[in-house]
Amino acid sequence: MATFIPAVEIRAPQGGHGGSDSHPPLRGGGDGERGRNGGPDFGQRLRRARLGLAVATAPIVMLFVSFASAYIFRQGLPTLDDKSQAYVREWMPVNLPVTLLLVNTILLAVSSLTAELARRQITRQVALLPVRSIPGVSLGRETKFPWLGSTVVLGIGFLIGQAFAWRELAARGFYLATSASSSFVYLLMATHAVHLAGGVAVLLYAAAASLLGKSLESRRIVVDVTAWYWHFMLVLWAGIFALLEFAS
Amino acid sequence: MAAQDVHAHTAHAHAAPQGFVRKYVFSLDHKVIGLQYFFLALTAVFVGMILSLLMRIHLVWPGAAIPLIGEIKPETYLSLLTMHGTIMVFFVLTTAPQGGFGNYFLPIQIGAPDMAFPVLNMLSFWTTFVAFVVLICAFFVTGGAPLHGWTGYAPLSALTNTGPGEQLGADLWITSIAIFCVASLMGALNFITTTLDLRAKGMTMMRMPLTVWSWFITAILGLLAFGVLLSAGILLLLDRNLGTSFYIPLVVVNGQVMGHKGGSPLLWQHLFWFFGHPEVYIAILPGMGVASQLLSTFSRKPIFGYRAMVYAIMAIGFLGFMVWGHHMFMSGMSPYSAFAFSLMTMAIGVPSAIKTFNWLGTIHRGRVRFQTPMLFAIGFVSLFVSGGLSGPFLAQPTLDIPLHDTAFVVGHFHLIMGVAAIFGMFAATYYWFPKMFGRMMNERWGRIHFFITLVGAYSIFMPMHYLGMAGQPRRYSQFTELAYLHRLIPLNTFMTYAAIVTIAAQFIFVINLFWSMKKGPKASDNPWEATTLEWTTSTPPPHDNFGGMTPVVHHGPYEYSVPGAARDFIMQNDPATVTTSH
Amino acid sequence: MGLALLVMIWLITFISTYFFAAKTWWLPQGASTSAPGIDHQFAFTYLLMGIVFVAAQCALGYFVWKYRERGAGAVADYSHGNTKLEIVWTALTAILFIGLNLMGSPIWAAERFAPADAGALPVEVTGMQFAWYFRYAGPDGKFGATAPKLMDPSAGNESAIGLDTSDPAAKDDVVTGTMYLPVNRQVDLTLRAVDVIHSFFVPNMRFKQDAVPGLAIHMHFTPTAVGDYEIACAELCGLGHYKMHGMLKVVSAEDFEKWMAAREAEKQ
Repeated sequence: MATFIPAVEIRAPQGGHGGSDSHPPLRGGGDGERGRNGGPDFGQRLRRARLGLAVATAPIVMLFVSFASAYIFRQGLPTLDDKSQAYVREWMPVNLPVTLLLVNTILLAVSSLTAELARRQITRQVALLPVRSIPGVSLGRETKFPWLGSTVVLGIGFLIGQAFAWRELAARGFYLATSASSSFVYLLMATHAVHLAGGVAVLLYAAAASLLGKSLESRRIVVDVTAWYWHFMLVLWAGIFALLEFAS
Repeated sequence: MAAQDVHAHTAHAHAAPQGFVRKYVFSLDHKVIGLQYFFLALTAVFVGMILSLLMRIHLVWPGAAIPLIGEIKPETYLSLLTMHGTIMVFFVLTTAPQGGFGNYFLPIQIGAPDMAFPVLNMLSFWTTFVAFVVLICAFFVTGGAPLHGWTGYAPLSALTNTGPGEQLGADLWITSIAIFCVASLMGALNFITTTLDLRAKGMTMMRMPLTVWSWFITAILGLLAFGVLLSAGILLLLDRNLGTSFYIPLVVVNGQVMGHKGGSPLLWQHLFWFFGHPEVYIAILPGMGVASQLLSTFSRKPIFGYRAMVYAIMAIGFLGFMVWGHHMFMSGMSPYSAFAFSLMTMAIGVPSAIKTFNWLGTIHRGRVRFQTPMLFAIGFVSLFVSGGLSGPFLAQPTLDIPLHDTAFVVGHFHLIMGVAAIFGMFAATYYWFPKMFGRMMNERWGRIHFFITLVGAYSIFMPMHYLGMAGQPRRYSQFTELAYLHRLIPLNTFMTYAAIVTIAAQFIFVINLFWSMKKGPKASDNPWEATTLEWTTSTPPPHDNFGGMTPVVHHGPYEYSVPGAARDFIMQNDPATVTTSH
Repeated sequence: MGLALLVMIWLITFISTYFFAAKTWWLPQGASTSAPGIDHQFAFTYLLMGIVFVAAQCALGYFVWKYRERGAGAVADYSHGNTKLEIVWTALTAILFIGLNLMGSPIWAAERFAPADAGALPVEVTGMQFAWYFRYAGPDGKFGATAPKLMDPSAGNESAIGLDTSDPAAKDDVVTGTMYLPVNRQVDLTLRAVDVIHSFFVPNMRFKQDAVPGLAIHMHFTPTAVGDYEIACAELCGLGHYKMHGMLKVVSAEDFEKWMAAREAEKQ
């Protein structure tokens, strides 16, 4: 039986594609693109992407929380000494290259700031799009500072800095399998670096997206979400650094 | 019938795809992805089932020569049980109810055109597929599949010289699980965002079908649990390949002092079961949702205590994260913490009992129709009760002393998370088949399949409780090594015969499935006279689910036999003004 | 169809229950001080769960038959449930489950919280792939040192657990593959594992505890009847898991002293 009889059927007008680069028919970002028929609802897409990011932080937090609890559990765990048959504590704290890590932290903090500025820059650009398309309207000179590019450079700088920190650790005799503490240092730093590298890749994509013919609105969603992710990465790193430095 | 109220919805998340590859292989359509998950799980369940058949045969006829394989050696038996458990838990119990039916029906039931992130959805399926292929590869590498069981307790699983299969096979095993974690996280992210953000107008949270609730809570469990399993897997891979000592203390394997020191085997158990217990609910919650939906539909009666059902699902999900220690009463964990874990575990029995009570309440004073989906839903309730009631034995540390790691445990979790969950899947398959494939499944063969499977499942798994009470440890390739177990040979033989018959009966299902796809009678849009949104759209649903429209929801999901209504059901999008609650 | 379901569900229920109630495959004969308490708790839990099981299954079978669709006319109740009933039911199950849990707790506490008595016989149990070894401290009452690099499983007994013979306290340590215990005397176990996790399971003693590498776990039990009892490994430990069994011989105190003296004599 047919129980679904539409009362109204509205055929939406074709979206305006001419003139500006505002609404090219695109697919990307992986989410609801209302390209061809209706106007693309970028507000909805942005909200959805932010919600998705918020949800995605949960498993990342769980991953690091389980590493951190394993670290604390392991730290308090006595070892059974085979000679005396008694439990002894043999936790050997890692001699961290603190200065280098502080420099890296500053790099990441600054990149978080530039990411925020990039986010605001592109948000403003999107907001001004309709105004700029009015003939004869000039908004004067706009700041064109490449905040996005700076973030990528600083992010890569942080990753290189972390690699230097590893070399320094190795020079001090701490390798991955040297002790439980050094295993955790490498593990936590590497897992964070992988997550940050993912953010760098997305930002590179956002930078390249304009070349690929993505609309400004589309890029804005990518930049917005990645900026929030970037702040999250900063907080995460601060937590890891504090754990490694102070919980020893 | 009067015009239904719909909102114009003029565009879909993505245009209808063209070409075979975009349409059926790398499709972004949640319905196609749902079917892909379904068929992946169907393949996996047959592999897993054949493995279990080999195990049962080996248990009672250890010298039997199996075609192609020959005689099963003890280490092969352990590989079989490891792979059986891993395949069934991850690629069947997690994949089919959530990835398969959830993917297909969650967006339709909430009135959405697709999932929130279709590309992520596609990636999630193909990542799962890769994980499955990697796991199956473990059979074919040197040393064969790992023998450490699906729980992979360290240090057995963390060293490479503790047995055959612990070299490359074990690496593939843990790699597969890690990949599966990533896939599940992507899926869970999609389910949660979709449920929160894409509900149609009028579809408040408290109007969502209980199936949607169960998928939603399952996704939250997956989101929190799989990250932890991933971390456990990374540590295990490091221990196995890079010489770290997260799980491995100083050990001597076969006279050889290994280079590890100070690690904790219990750390693996804590991390694994922190995932592992919620995983049980990931497997069973969707089944509960389906059972609720079907009992209400086929009893022509609103679900008994909708709100209580929702809160029970939430409570089960929440408590599920605080009981992992009940797997570890005998592990050397502090006996004091056993108290707390035991109490929490008993507390989970309360929301489970609420659900059972409400299912019975739903049937009570209804008008029960016995189509095949309903038979399996009733079977689900019966199995849930049987499997659930052995829980309070195992939840008591005192009784866990004789019962831990015996066949009693195997019987308990097979009844509840194995067979009950699979009955949920069968019910879902028979119920939604018309919507998915546009045809009806054969009723007669469905009934035959049901009765053989019900009796068969009880014949296999109820005796396992007796075996466990009598002291038969699990994971023994030859239990007759222990003299006091010799009296259990007849019972074990009976179980093997039951397994052969039950497994044979599953071919009835598969033949019915594929035959009906081609030859079954055409299905109408709403063959079961059900109320939820998937039955308002055409069969099978168009690419954007509602043909350019989004439905508007006016009612709760289970408005059956409403006094004064024209028919004995009111669909969710029916603007009829008969006053209903919710 | 309703009748078929009723018959099937009831049959399954009664047959399953029969084999429990008839104790066809009940727990093995208990032979330790903890057995009566555990068995009682088991039987009591079984009684309660059995009642719930039979009641729920019978109700399910009865309801599907009683409320089957019978032609036109009959109408299902339009009811969204009954909050009062729901609360009563919830409270009842909560009391049942929590009460059951608290009832069993004292046994667990006695088994696991209290340390062994002062007069208990110390025995060290070592699990390895795929054998159990039992070490007695000898006349000096002290276990000698062991060393991982001395472990040689193929040599068995003292060599298998890596007993360091240069340690004076190790000189009189007796290591065997069969466990001898005097009846009615508590045994103070130290459980160890050298390679992977094993689980020391003696069904008749109602005793089970994992032996974990890197841990020395202290446990105790008291055998109450002379006899031979099988020991099993209850934690998957590798391909020989099913063969990792041993024998516990509970003997009278005099026989135990005689056996121990003979072992000490062998060592000289």
